[in-house]
Amino acid sequence: MPPAETYLARSTDIAARKLGDETVIMSTVDSTIFMLNPTGSIIWEAADGNTPLSRIIEERVCAEFDVPVEQASADAQDFVDQLAKHAILLVSDEPIPPVKEVP
Amino acid sequence: MSLLEEMNQKATAQGIPLSAHIDITWRCNERCVHCYLDHDGKDEMSTAEIKDAIRQLADCGTFFLSISGGEPLLRRDCFEILEYARELRFNVKLKTNAVMIGAKEAARLKKMGIEQVQISIYSHRPEIHDAITKVPGSLRRSLEAIRHLTAQGVKVSITNVLMKQNAANGKAVQQLARDMGVEFGIDPIITPMLNGDWSTTNLWISRKELEEVFRTEDFVGNVGEFCAPVSNVDDNVLDGYSCSAGHTLAYISPTGDVFPCVQFPMPCGSLRQKTFRDIWYRSEQLTELRSVHVRDLPTCSHCSHTAYCSRCPGLAYMEGSMRGPSSIDCAKSEARTGIPSAWQLSPGYSSSKLVQIRLA
Repeated sequence: MPPAETYLARSTDIAARKLGDETVIMSTVDSTIFMLNPTGSIIWEAADGNTPLSRIIEERVCAEFDVPVEQASADAQDFVDQLAKHAILLVSDEPIPPVKEVP
Repeated sequence: MSLLEEMNQKATAQGIPLSAHIDITWRCNERCVHCYLDHDGKDEMSTAEIKDAIRQLADCGTFFLSISGGEPLLRRDCFEILEYARELRFNVKLKTNAVMIGAKEAARLKKMGIEQVQISIYSHRPEIHDAITKVPGSLRRSLEAIRHLTAQGVKVSITNVLMKQNAANGKAVQQLARDMGVEFGIDPIITPMLNGDWSTTNLWISRKELEEVFRTEDFVGNVGEFCAPVSNVDDNVLDGYSCSAGHTLAYISPTGDVFPCVQFPMPCGSLRQKTFRDIWYRSEQLTELRSVHVRDLPTCSHCSHTAYCSRCPGLAYMEGSMRGPSSIDCAKSEARTGIPSAWQLSPGYSSSKLVQIRLA
């Protein structure tokens, strides 16, 4: 049985904006601020609920930054864990349906 | 350096309007004696025009968005505008007197994920607050709204603007904020009206009262640090700017006119004629404003207060030149440290210019 995939989706309980190649995110729940570096920003933008993390790493991160998959995967897992802890990034082993936008 | 400082530094370097303030109307259901606006509702932007302005701000990188007025909730589309801003993932603050916020509205604000609702409370005593707003029952209604908001878990901040009428009420309003579990901020300065009418500044608290505010730990933190003169002025200060207006902050009026700040009435362009991007990056006024560093200020660059002065270039502009001193800020620095500013010490200075300060 193949290892489970990880799917990511951006929470809607956030404010977010790109500043150049970085991204600023603030949780509307606890006002925690995050500044994502260019690599984090790529993962954030690709977190559409449908694209597996492994594909984001291979096709976006490794392609753009010329890093080995193993290293990129370890770094990405840390990144995902941090954002998931603050419920800024939703994580699942199944595709995540689009969250209904604010009315 | 905090993340917020880092963001501001990056935004300044990249010319990004990180923060914007939109007054969606100047109409109001209160008539506060110190208000800097007239309440003209003519030619306001339509819902579509405001949404377009907000979308343009998102495209230019704006992250912090304040929706204000007038009383913004007088517009029937206020919630539609707020929700649109949240859809575009702005960090949204609503500045309101809150008298139109009930349980239903509070729940809707919570649901959309608003960052904060800022509400002016002038006194803990209804007879004083209501006399300032000129609306009987307004304190009761604003406090009820705060209770609805906090019950929903919406963050609230009370702003206490001090003037003659309520000069002695700051601590009591701060205690009220504590009791209600909300943030508190105090503003001891009444600014002139945007139309150039300075009569509102007759409401200023006295010099003695201002000194007392600056020496109250609950308001300013460490009084010793806050009031200590700092004479070291290095190149970082001299190469810097007085404030973020026009650098990372923009203001849009209800008629779609763009200014550097709500307190800086220098028109830079109209969204009815140009795009925000065009105005922000190409207007002559903003280009000139951005060319002014602290070292270019003829009087303020060699003032002993330069390192920490809150000099407002908008107030200086209203007094004649964005490069000049702001008498209001000179008075604040003097009240804070006991040391006159360079302008106050200059040969041409006359204390009669400081009409804003009532001598106790």
